[in-house]
Amino acid sequence: MNVRVNGTEREVPDGATVTELLAALGVAAKGVAVAVDGQVVVRTEHDTKVVPDDADVEVLTAVQGG
Amino acid sequence: MDDPLVIGDRQYSSRLIMGTGGAANLAVLERALTASGTELTTVSIRRVDTQGGTGVLEVLERLGIDPLPNTAGCRTAGEAVLTARLAREALGTSWVKLEVVADDRTLLPDPVELLEAAATLVDDGFTVLPYTNDDPVLALRLEELGCAAVMPLGSPIGTGLGIRNPHNIELIVKRAGVPVILDAGIGTASDAALAMELGCSGVMLATAVTRATDPEAMASAMRHGVTAGRLAHGAGRVPQRFWAQASSPPR
Repeated sequence: MNVRVNGTEREVPDGATVTELLAALGVAAKGVAVAVDGQVVVRTEHDTKVVPDDADVEVLTAVQGG
Repeated sequence: MDDPLVIGDRQYSSRLIMGTGGAANLAVLERALTASGTELTTVSIRRVDTQGGTGVLEVLERLGIDPLPNTAGCRTAGEAVLTARLAREALGTSWVKLEVVADDRTLLPDPVELLEAAATLVDDGFTVLPYTNDDPVLALRLEELGCAAVMPLGSPIGTGLGIRNPHNIELIVKRAGVPVILDAGIGTASDAALAMELGCSGVMLATAVTRATDPEAMASAMRHGVTAGRLAHGAGRVPQRFWAQASSPPR
């Protein structure tokens, strides 16, 4: 299936969870937050939340600022 | 702890909150943060670069500094609330420096969006520290909503223009029941000292240090400026006089 991660099209296996998506992206889960279609996915649900086909996924972390 | 800064359920011995934006690199930032003595420092929340982490959290962790996520770049209450919730997941903290700005040229807070976002986040259990205009009425409204501190600007972000309306800052301080943190516009150490002399509980700054020619030296200057201003505020300054008054005996 195809999803958009931070605005870029990606192909991921059907039924991938948030945890599997982060692994596929090579992103460590520590210090990272994920939103799927504008909804925050809390950390405890990363293992179970399935990313739907055609989802808009945002993966964010802390950067220098303020 | 002697004369701590108390915000919400936390105490800090340093009254200087630092930002991390604008530093040339992480090594410069780390030296500046160390010299500043800060114990609470802001970070922003942005899209992950899949090349890896930015390293700023590791610096804060190494220095024992609490991260304070901000909502910089947000224009609406909805964006700011989502950013705060993402920050809570990413950093495991329910503290947020709430910024909702109106436009890019002034970066001034949008008071309507700010109040809405603050109300939502307080209801959601956040400890909210809002960046606000130097407006005594707005500051009071934010406190009444349940914000843990208020952070009025001295002048617009990044301008280094210092405190343009000291009387408003004093009005905010006189009526506030929560800490007042002077935020934005600090240019040099005397600005930080003035904020504290006016009765602020703390100072937040970034640009003045990170873009100084010598960030480490300016960070040290800010640390001493805040301390000097705090001491002066509590020391009971002499009244200002029009005519001279001799300080030596007449004969």
